[in-house]
Amino acid sequence: MKLDINGQVHEVDADPDMPLLWAIRDVVGLTGTKFGCGMAQCGACTVHQDGVPIRSCITPVSDVEGTKITTIEGLDGKVAKAVQAAWTQLDVPQCGYCQSGQVMAATALLTDNPKPTDADIDAAMTGNLCRCATYHRIRAGIHEAVKMLG
Amino acid sequence: MLPLKLKPEIFKPSRRQFLVGAAAAGAGLSVSFRVPGARAATPSDPNPFNAYVTISPDNKVTILSAHMDMGQGSYFGIATLVAEELEADRDQLLVEGASGNPKLYGNLAWGGIAQGTGGSSAMFSSFDRYRKAGALARTMLVNAAAQQWNVPASEIKVEKGVLSHASGKQANFGELADTAAKGEVPAEVALKPKQQWKLIGSEDFRRLDSRDKSTGQQHYTIDLKLPGMLTAMVAHPPLFGAKVKSFDPAPAKAVKGVVDVVQISRGVAVVAENTWAAMKGRDALKVEWDESAAEKRGSAELFAEYLKQADQPGLVAANRGDADGAMKNAAKVVEATYQFPYLAHAALEPMDAVAHKNGDVLEIWGGHQMPDLYQAVASQVAGVKPENIHLHVMKTGGGFGRRAVVDADVIAEAVETAKAIGWKAPVKVLWTREDDMRGGRYRPLYVHKVKVGLDEAGNIVAWQHRQVGQSILIGTPFEAMVKDGVDATSVEGVSDHPYAIENFRSEIVNAKVGVPVLWWRSVGHTHTAYVMETMIDDIARQTGKDPVEFRRALLKDHSRHLAALNLAAEKAEWAKELPKGTFRGVAVHESFGTVVAEIADIKMDDKGGFKVERVVCAVDCGTAINPDQIRAQMEGGIGFGLGSVLHEELTLTKGQVDQTNYDSYLPLRIEEMPKVETYIVPSDATPSGVGEPGVPPIGPAVANALAAANGKRVRILPFAKGLSA
Repeated sequence: MKLDINGQVHEVDADPDMPLLWAIRDVVGLTGTKFGCGMAQCGACTVHQDGVPIRSCITPVSDVEGTKITTIEGLDGKVAKAVQAAWTQLDVPQCGYCQSGQVMAATALLTDNPKPTDADIDAAMTGNLCRCATYHRIRAGIHEAVKMLG
Repeated sequence: MLPLKLKPEIFKPSRRQFLVGAAAAGAGLSVSFRVPGARAATPSDPNPFNAYVTISPDNKVTILSAHMDMGQGSYFGIATLVAEELEADRDQLLVEGASGNPKLYGNLAWGGIAQGTGGSSAMFSSFDRYRKAGALARTMLVNAAAQQWNVPASEIKVEKGVLSHASGKQANFGELADTAAKGEVPAEVALKPKQQWKLIGSEDFRRLDSRDKSTGQQHYTIDLKLPGMLTAMVAHPPLFGAKVKSFDPAPAKAVKGVVDVVQISRGVAVVAENTWAAMKGRDALKVEWDESAAEKRGSAELFAEYLKQADQPGLVAANRGDADGAMKNAAKVVEATYQFPYLAHAALEPMDAVAHKNGDVLEIWGGHQMPDLYQAVASQVAGVKPENIHLHVMKTGGGFGRRAVVDADVIAEAVETAKAIGWKAPVKVLWTREDDMRGGRYRPLYVHKVKVGLDEAGNIVAWQHRQVGQSILIGTPFEAMVKDGVDATSVEGVSDHPYAIENFRSEIVNAKVGVPVLWWRSVGHTHTAYVMETMIDDIARQTGKDPVEFRRALLKDHSRHLAALNLAAEKAEWAKELPKGTFRGVAVHESFGTVVAEIADIKMDDKGGFKVERVVCAVDCGTAINPDQIRAQMEGGIGFGLGSVLHEELTLTKGQVDQTNYDSYLPLRIEEMPKVETYIVPSDATPSGVGEPGVPPIGPAVANALAAANGKRVRILPFAKGLSA
């Protein structure tokens, strides 16, 4: 089957029921998208499908044919750049393992809602677990990105 | 679950191991300038600095860290120490994990006998070692420049990675590396006085890996790809202590992509071409287990047994004055019993390791938190000489203690699996979340029973404190640290509490349970701080005293506790009246040489529930190396600890773990994270750690706030259970 990942079409030989996560990591070879739970409970595997955040660990690869998948490696644009700059400036990550997913989720949030309140942030980001509990800085990072975007 | 019998001698590597280890450390690096030069790495002249700092012709400074980084920022802390003395530029710094030589990398907080990361000790162990390494490298670079330029060394300036002289001569580190390597090694180097520090204590010198971690570029063990590498999933026993009776590999082998199915000492490994095939293969695998020797008790049975044992005398961990005599004369006695569940580390990167044998050399990639031990275990499992085992220390997606396991755990599984398939390919063993949740190594389940005697005026005259729980150290190579049956990691925070209580006794009953236990971020302090700080608070409230004032009076001989407590109280404006519906609690606790005071503000809702809104934290960790990272660790520690008291519990039913994933085991999520303000107590003392000490005070601070709100004392953890009990 054909997978459009980060604007590049990959011919992928995989079980149709293989989760997109493993197709991205093991078959295509992009490892920025992480495995944390395998059941859409932690958000470490978040990617964008046509711009909308999805959990790649429970999405069969056959479901995304004909759509555009964006991973952390292909994330681009003003909002994403601001999120990543804010993350770096505030030193949001600790272990960093969940942060690809956090950045994907935060970028989707700010694309949808350019001036989120703390409550908006909590609601949008609750599915993204951070075991280091960097939540305090994730909130600050999102507000900082809003500032950068003017 | 401990297939290997290890002896403490493995901590005392033979001379041969040490020498080969030193040589191996050199052989693995393609650098032209090694401080103090390759010739120092001869058997007769091992130099203590030969493997801390290397400088390559392309002007990169690579620092070899004795401590692994699981997110706590130890690499950055160590880089700061080197760069301060070396006068390096931030952009030229790289940090890699070191291993294979305890003489060089041994943790000085553990007497230097073994390399390891734990007990929040990385900065303590590294403070002099890595500053000296940086100073030595700078001195040799300066000497090289002086020789090349024919000017006195004292006239050469070093700034941001550039050496210069008033004559206009200038060079970067890389350009001078070759000459420097051939120069004399100074016997002594002077370290900068504190007044000249530019990076230590700086707010502007920032962490090195944030960009990579924000762009998906940071690599972890799970991301490793080697040519021909296979991925394995291991079917583990459903009960702790069960063993494989028989298995049918056929259904697993029928899954497309499954290459092999092999028995290893801890289960059956399904080896496949990719992760998904390994998962499906393991699902298809049929294993029959021998459960005759398995632990079959559940949490309810364990608590019932522990509560009974708490009525019997235990081993004495501390005994001061005459607690029994003073208790008899007490005007009032306050008693309380606490129950703490097992807790899972639940780090986001599941347990994983990669093993690859190529010729005589076995390479292992993983979260090598105790490398010397893992090298010894891998040697036994693989039948490969320790000196032929090269460990690649990877950054890990969290850890919280889980990667420091005496039997090497998933690392041993990777080696054993790779061996079982005849070393025909590199093997990555990857656990699923369910494997991790049900894989043991939990914070032990504990019962505390406390009896406090008060005089007429409400002063504490006697304190009897008994704990029942599993020792982490007994039955491991660390057992030598257990004195008269007392494992300090069980009673730390109780037996050595700072309060002025004349008559005090601490006892421990070591429970025997087949559930594997382990250090979990802040270890014994996870439960001892909760009991001490809620009991002290309860007594203050029962006797009509202000909880901060009450603590101050009992801590008058402990200036660091007082300083942290006073700073937190000042910044939180403790005495100020709070808005209606808001309540606050305080706790102060020392762990791993660092004192942390936390004041938690909670807001009650109309259903009796609450939200922690704000936490003010004051920390004394000695010299503050990276102030912003100290704040980061306090914030993270508070969130980690708060999640544990609110919702986390790992329970067993008939010996089987009930939780399987993050839908049933519940770490903190963003909506429950309070605003955190951290203040650092100014100090010139040797640095202590910050990875763990933020955790212990948050639970009791929140519990004390809740008691202030409605008088409820939560003594069965987590709150989700205790409030309904």
